[in-house]
Amino acid sequence: MNPTSCSTSSGCESVSTGEIDASCRLPLLVLFGHAAFWLLVSSAFGFLASLKFHAPNLLSGCECLSYGRVHAVATMAFTYGFAIQAGLGVGLWIIASLGQNLVSQPVGIAFGGKVWNFGVLLGVVGILAGSTTGFDYLEMPRYSAVLLFIASIVIGSGLVKTLHQRRERSLSPSQWFLIAALFWFPWIFSTARLMLVLHPVRGVMQPVIAWWFAANLNLVWLALVGLAATFYFIPKLMNKPLHSRPLALFTFWTLILFGSWTGIPSSAPLPAWMPALSAIAAVLTILPQIALGLNVLHTKQGARTEEQSKTVAAFIVFGLGMFQLSGMMRVAAALPGVSTITDFTWFTVAQSQLNTYGFFAMTMFGAIYYILPRVTGIEWPCAKSVRAHFWLAAFGIILIAAPLAIGGVFQGIKLANPQIAFVDLTKATLPFLRVSTTGELLIAAGHLLFAMNLTVMVVRLAKAKFIPAFAAATVEMKTAGVKS
Amino acid sequence: MNNGPLVFLAAFFALSASWFGFVLTPQIQIGRQQQETNIVNTAEMYPQLRPGIAHQGMEVYRANNCAACHSQQVGQTGVVVDLVLTETGTNLTAVDAVLKKMDAGANVAGLVSGLPKTILSGATMDAADTLAKAFKKAGAKAETRLVSVGPDMARGWGLRRTVAADYLYDYPVMLGSLRVGPDLANIGLRSPDANTHLNHLYAPRSVVSGSAMPSYRFLFETRKISGTPSPDALQLPKEFTPAAGFEIVPKPEARQLVAYLLSLHSDTPLYEAPMSAPVAPKPIAVAK
Repeated sequence: MNPTSCSTSSGCESVSTGEIDASCRLPLLVLFGHAAFWLLVSSAFGFLASLKFHAPNLLSGCECLSYGRVHAVATMAFTYGFAIQAGLGVGLWIIASLGQNLVSQPVGIAFGGKVWNFGVLLGVVGILAGSTTGFDYLEMPRYSAVLLFIASIVIGSGLVKTLHQRRERSLSPSQWFLIAALFWFPWIFSTARLMLVLHPVRGVMQPVIAWWFAANLNLVWLALVGLAATFYFIPKLMNKPLHSRPLALFTFWTLILFGSWTGIPSSAPLPAWMPALSAIAAVLTILPQIALGLNVLHTKQGARTEEQSKTVAAFIVFGLGMFQLSGMMRVAAALPGVSTITDFTWFTVAQSQLNTYGFFAMTMFGAIYYILPRVTGIEWPCAKSVRAHFWLAAFGIILIAAPLAIGGVFQGIKLANPQIAFVDLTKATLPFLRVSTTGELLIAAGHLLFAMNLTVMVVRLAKAKFIPAFAAATVEMKTAGVKS
Repeated sequence: MNNGPLVFLAAFFALSASWFGFVLTPQIQIGRQQQETNIVNTAEMYPQLRPGIAHQGMEVYRANNCAACHSQQVGQTGVVVDLVLTETGTNLTAVDAVLKKMDAGANVAGLVSGLPKTILSGATMDAADTLAKAFKKAGAKAETRLVSVGPDMARGWGLRRTVAADYLYDYPVMLGSLRVGPDLANIGLRSPDANTHLNHLYAPRSVVSGSAMPSYRFLFETRKISGTPSPDALQLPKEFTPAAGFEIVPKPEARQLVAYLLSLHSDTPLYEAPMSAPVAPKPIAVAK
């Protein structure tokens, strides 16, 4: 047996919640702080990309700000800068608080976080300079990907070690999801980078691997981490135990089994078995959703949320709703009759935005709003702006996704009708894209509130913790000087 | 599932299954695909490497992430058969009888001068075969032609669906997933003029009015005309011309990109994507 393992009842030294939270402070501040920064970067670039649909000649003289590059930077900053980073932070805290033990190697994780951010920065600059790899969700150039991989191993090993040293030995559903996520990322990332960039495969094998990676990242990894948070926070906020562990297990199994086979579009120039198999898997991803929905509905029944955690609950529940909605859109778009319409249209963009932003980012916001006051011991400086962030983000994502989804369906119907000239079709789609710019603006405003709140919190933390320590140290030095 | 290693094994099993399915198996099936002589009716190898300048242009296409808005893959919903009468032979009465059988109003006299003439279009293989046999019996010569159909084909975006072999030598393969702009799988085929492409890149609305494409001005140089104007300068419509005394000259990147666009044509008939078209080797067009 592992010497550190003991169940809570067996009388080994207990660690208080306060100590556990304090041990998370350094890594979480690094991860969440940078995540907030990348969120701002991503919304600024996303907004700029969206503006190009209003004025196509905007900044057209500037090579590094062409639509394709700006769009890629927005996606990369969001995915690698915010989503993965925030996910790792939330995962770390959930692992530590469920395992009831201190974080192992907090400095190592913080260091890994720094390396990760340096990698993202290099990658973003590289994309602007034209060094994109040309594969969706893998645009980062080679040099930055190496840093990202090293950082993910460093951070991941800290998380695994923390999990391994847990005092509460029994595993809860959140931990299953996190264990899977922890080894999922290095595997898919290394496979994709090796076979696409370092040692490229031939011809259409490249898009096959890029699609496989994108599906495993966006559907499986984000869902694993996001649902880990959902499974942790829903019972916690409702003050009730989770309705059913077997149902959660079913969600886990079906998600990783079927989710990992999705992603290959029906139109792809490939042997027919691949798109067909992928479509079947995509339809079957309805199973984890049904199980999750039932589980949450039963847990919520008759439960009441405490007043102070209402906003956090709103974020988490909204995120869950969007997970279901985007999942249903994915299932619909996989059906043979529908996919001929939705392929190549903005509908697919709306679906993925609902998943990455509506579900994942919202869940992460809720979790961060819950976690950081406990970790720093300082309340959010402005509670109103937390609520405002929720409404801005919720309306923002709906204003992005709804026009894109509706416009995408119209676009698809018109694409299928060759009588309609392509230029007319594009013109008819533009108004929908322009409405979604408003959504971009709203979520950007929300991000600004979030970043400001976080900054003030960090400043207060510095004042509360470091300035007294600094003052004490200087007083000591002064007295020492007087004495000598 | 209270056992960490057990959860790990479950996840490991799930991911490795998908890895074997979508990484290893396709790699074995299509990853080792070679250049082949599987072109219908010829011994030419397919695909051919793109010329060097087009290859450089692909780098420009990649760097600017053009695939964010343009797909490079077309599909088809099916294949129909056209029957084309190429020679009537000497027994005109018999040919006339065959024609009359198909369409009472048809008359061989009107055909003799206008050959080759499509007799049957959008038909099934069986119908075309039966008719072709009847013509053969009557001493005439008729050709069946395979025509791919579907919205993409009707838009003129291709002559057949794109297949794995079309992308064999490209790196990176940028299939694209969104059609903000038109599909480019056969742009070299439907728009073979380099100057039109250069004008379109510099000022998209000078070529397609109402286009939503951003201008790629940074691929061009605005130069003061000293002495004789450059023969390479763009010939633009009035409202897009630069100030008097200046000219727009494409940078090497613009030419490379155009060469790449012109090299995009998947119009070779293959066994897995048959179609009927002349298979004369196409001269590779290069921007001036």
